[in-house]
Amino acid sequence: MNRKTLAAAFPPTVPVLMGYIAIGMAFGLMLQSIGYGPVWAAFMSLTIYAGSGQYLGVSLLAMGAGLAEVAFLTFIINFRHLVYGLSLLEKFHGMGPRKLYMMFSLTDETYALLSSAEAPQGIDPHDFYFTIALLNHSYWIAGSVLGSVVGQLLGFDTTGVDFAMTALFIVIAVSQWRAYSRHLPALLGGAVTLVSLLLVGKENMLLPALGVIVLVLVLARPKLESHPAAKGADAK
Amino acid sequence: MTDLALTPGQAALSILVMAAVTFLTRALPFLLFDHGDRPPRIILYLGSVLPPAIITMLIVYCLKDVTFAGPFSAPNPDGGIFGGWLSVLLASLTALGLHTWKRNDLLSIFGATILYMLLIRLDLAAVSAWFQGIFA
Repeated sequence: MNRKTLAAAFPPTVPVLMGYIAIGMAFGLMLQSIGYGPVWAAFMSLTIYAGSGQYLGVSLLAMGAGLAEVAFLTFIINFRHLVYGLSLLEKFHGMGPRKLYMMFSLTDETYALLSSAEAPQGIDPHDFYFTIALLNHSYWIAGSVLGSVVGQLLGFDTTGVDFAMTALFIVIAVSQWRAYSRHLPALLGGAVTLVSLLLVGKENMLLPALGVIVLVLVLARPKLESHPAAKGADAK
Repeated sequence: MTDLALTPGQAALSILVMAAVTFLTRALPFLLFDHGDRPPRIILYLGSVLPPAIITMLIVYCLKDVTFAGPFSAPNPDGGIFGGWLSVLLASLTALGLHTWKRNDLLSIFGATILYMLLIRLDLAAVSAWFQGIFA
């Protein structure tokens, strides 16, 4: 990575810088509030690198969830990533070993940047994409460690900071509500899960809920597919 | 400081599982469809309709620990407190309202979280005394 590439890649990442420092700090504070300090924050942000996934990870660590439950919940919360790669197959073609890192670092924000950003004249596009991915990842690690350290230094009672996860999901839901023309999936997800909570209880509510959601969506496919599901805007 | 539910080794393993599964969800399209194959239409369809359903599912999941024992908060038998229904309701509506209005991720998340942290610290007895003070 040379200085010219860095100078070209930095400006488009500035909004991500601000967002990741703030959301990363909230993550660091949450993690600190359940007894895991800066080293753990850095470890998680380095290896997992997922906003909502790590928020959920905090609650999984807090309740001491088993590995199968950890794997299942991490999978469903990251399910949306399964479609991100499809639109970037072309862009990442021929990147060699760096492609592994490009796949790893495909967060919502990096995906949004890479889908739209074009390398300026004279900059190798692959270097440009790689630098953007690397910058975003470093912001995320910095933010989470900062939050953790701040939590440790201030030592204030952070009870309730875990509501940031609920708020994050509400924010994503509002953005998706705008981006999608059909609202059946969103309404279905909440309603089915509520019924599952009441019938099955909070320990095992998610698997039956997800099963019913997928089943209903598959059955409703002829109706839903006759209208475009998304208006094309990128919903997180 | 709360008691940790896991040993450091278990926690590290748990985190590595999260990392591996997250990587898998991001790498799968490249592993499966990098040779020009078109993904099955059912996968593309689910990929477009599942994300909003999963997010609302997770919102309900986040709210599962809400307590009706007190409006603002109630003690958790395992230590700490649970958020009361009114705290959760007001903070959730704040996130919804702020984001519908300002469309600023950070403002919505931090505004709602700070309000929630304040609300769960409210003492019902103190609040009613305050109200009685106003109308006295």
